[in-house]
Amino acid sequence: MKLTIERAALLKTLAHVQSVVERRNTIPILSNVLVDAGDGELALTATDMDLTIVETVAAEVATAGATTAPAHTLYDIVRKLPEGAQVEISSSGDGTQLMVKAGRSVFTLATLPKEDFPTTGEVDLPHEFRLASLELRNLIDRTRFAISTEETRYYLNGIYVHASEVDGVPCLRAVATDGHRLARFEMPLPEGASGLPGVIVPRKAVAELRKLIEETEDPIAVSLSETKVRFAFGKTVLTSKLIDGTFPDYERVIPSGNDKVVEVDCQAFAQAVDRVSTISSEKSRAVKLVIENGNITLSASSPENGTATEEIEISYGGPGIEIGFNSRYLLDIAQQIEGDAAEITLADGASPTIVRDRADPSALYVLMPMRV
Amino acid sequence: MSTLCRSCLVALPEAPSTARCPACGGRRLISHPELETLAVAHIDCDAFYASVEKRDNPELRDKPVIVGGGRRGVVAAACYVARLRGVRSALPMFQALKACPDAVVIRPEMAKYQKVGRRIREMMMELTPLVEPLSIDEAFLDLSGTEAVHGGAPARSLANLLQRIEREVGLTASVGLSFNKFLAKVASEIDKPRGFAVIGRADAQAFLAPKPVGIIWGVGKVLRQTLERDGIVTIADLLRRDEADLIARYGAIGQRLSRFARGQDDRPVDPVAPAKSISAETTFDGDIADPAVLLAQLWPLCEKVSRRLKRSEKAGHGVTLKLKTADFKLLTRSRRLSDPTCLAETLYRAAQPLLEGEATGRKFRLIGIGAADLVDGTLADPPNLLDPDRDQQARVEKAIDAVRARLGDAAIGKGRGLVPRVARRR
Repeated sequence: MKLTIERAALLKTLAHVQSVVERRNTIPILSNVLVDAGDGELALTATDMDLTIVETVAAEVATAGATTAPAHTLYDIVRKLPEGAQVEISSSGDGTQLMVKAGRSVFTLATLPKEDFPTTGEVDLPHEFRLASLELRNLIDRTRFAISTEETRYYLNGIYVHASEVDGVPCLRAVATDGHRLARFEMPLPEGASGLPGVIVPRKAVAELRKLIEETEDPIAVSLSETKVRFAFGKTVLTSKLIDGTFPDYERVIPSGNDKVVEVDCQAFAQAVDRVSTISSEKSRAVKLVIENGNITLSASSPENGTATEEIEISYGGPGIEIGFNSRYLLDIAQQIEGDAAEITLADGASPTIVRDRADPSALYVLMPMRV
Repeated sequence: MSTLCRSCLVALPEAPSTARCPACGGRRLISHPELETLAVAHIDCDAFYASVEKRDNPELRDKPVIVGGGRRGVVAAACYVARLRGVRSALPMFQALKACPDAVVIRPEMAKYQKVGRRIREMMMELTPLVEPLSIDEAFLDLSGTEAVHGGAPARSLANLLQRIEREVGLTASVGLSFNKFLAKVASEIDKPRGFAVIGRADAQAFLAPKPVGIIWGVGKVLRQTLERDGIVTIADLLRRDEADLIARYGAIGQRLSRFARGQDDRPVDPVAPAKSISAETTFDGDIADPAVLLAQLWPLCEKVSRRLKRSEKAGHGVTLKLKTADFKLLTRSRRLSDPTCLAETLYRAAQPLLEGEATGRKFRLIGIGAADLVDGTLADPPNLLDPDRDQQARVEKAIDAVRARLGDAAIGKGRGLVPRVARRR
């Protein structure tokens, strides 16, 4: 194998790919990236056995061939090469070493045989549809903050995506929850997505995908089965196992009888929550809301720090309510509201509360109150 | 004052020429040049559990007494008669009985010891608010600045405390008096039982130098072996290395090694040293492999930990399962919970999958469960969107606790605490 490639192009591709590789690996081959030079193209593959990424980049290939080399080391080398350098990559005759040359720098890396690299094989992914990159970014951003990290309920460690119906109109729904808050995003069902099984896309796949689609304007081709999902766009293909579990019946958690509607200036509200929460204790992060006619008083207190209060104007005409929330959860939600006004719908001081963006009906957030 | 009579508490400016107290004729004199100025003490009851049992049953007085659990347990405490025969705490019971076959073995009765321990703790608190309990029968005390209140040096107050413990509780204890916690603890070991030993600023270095490094708190078997391999056996060996070198070699503990070796310990006596975790464990009478039986053993431990969490108004954010295999390998498996808990049910549900992951045919001799990352009890078990019956669980446990408080622990319990009949017959 022998090829030449411009540093910037190689670096970008390597950056994408190496991110999937775990820092600590018990299986040595999983620390490596598969380097495969073909017809005018270099394909890099990395995997952690659950998540696999393949990205191709144009290269001048003198001799086709493939091997594997330590992903993070290779990335670090390319990162430190001078800008604009031409990088020559070649494998030794016996295939046990990979040479990286640029200018006067020469690196020799130990390789592992490409045959040892785990392959996902061709998988049958019967459901296929496309999403605009902006839609997918929104879907992820509106929900991912609520993904649970708790190991016991592993089926919460991802975003649940499924086809549903709202008032007879088919839609695609994405839901994440950790038991403290729940985020639901919905959009018109893309063509080809009807009959989609409910799947749970794991947190790591979500994180990698979100990074990769940050800049792309290409539509994303999504294909999936009940066990795997694949996202393809530009020159990147990301394939992930799905979480094998049953997502809870989240509809039951979303209250339908909340009748006290409060409208707040979202930015003013978020800033006030942020300020007041400076005082609340590290462990609880609690902020208390006293909602009255036309007015919310936010307050926090902790035996160590002291107290804080702030008032903001709201549009509300119902009976007074006292309720407490984890300030971090309130801020997470506020960050996702792009419109000026947030609508908070409550039942009482102890029941789940709904938050929405006045200007954007696609997302809905449920927040469990705290005892304050 | 450089001499104190432990019998009549008289303070003498210097040691009398005879070995007897000129006031009462007693022989129990403590002499030390710094006796008047030292204020940090470590107090430790002598063979605590065994002594309580002897106190309550005078027939046992001259017999070797071992307090410990069953055939398979370990020695929790051994009286001094048994100790002469080679029995010591933490020795497996079968070995202890081999060394001392005529020993009287008594099952520990923790509630009784706790009551006695609390009584002694109260007496300590009368001397100073700075009491840092280490265990049920052991504590650090800082008596700095109490001279005016008690009308005498800390040494005298301590001698008086020992007398009160003997008189009012019927137990003996030993005191180590020094100027920091490390040396106070070392001192209390010197003269046991019924001892009173003093290590001063001037004699600390000379006292420590020939001692094995193992007396330093935090130096266990493994580190001791590592140090030995590097040629460090005694504290004097440590003194020959500089601190930076020890830190580079052994990490953070290197600093402690260096400082403690020089008799320096700046840890304050901390009366509110909060528990870092609350746990309970049990050693089985026979090794157990059956997951169902292990789970049945786990449940009462969860209840025990839960009870202690509730009583101390704490909640654990982490759960740790502890297992010891038949060949004494220790396994721990931990989980972080979505919310801090004080409920036995939640502890159990978190530990169950951990146990099932390990109980795959191996035999175990011990099981334990701990609640870690303790936080304030007000943060326990907040309402959860996905766990609507959590409040109900809390109410169920409250009801069980209330019934038990009135009618005893056996009055009510969950079925899962019962050992499956099939397994029991085996």
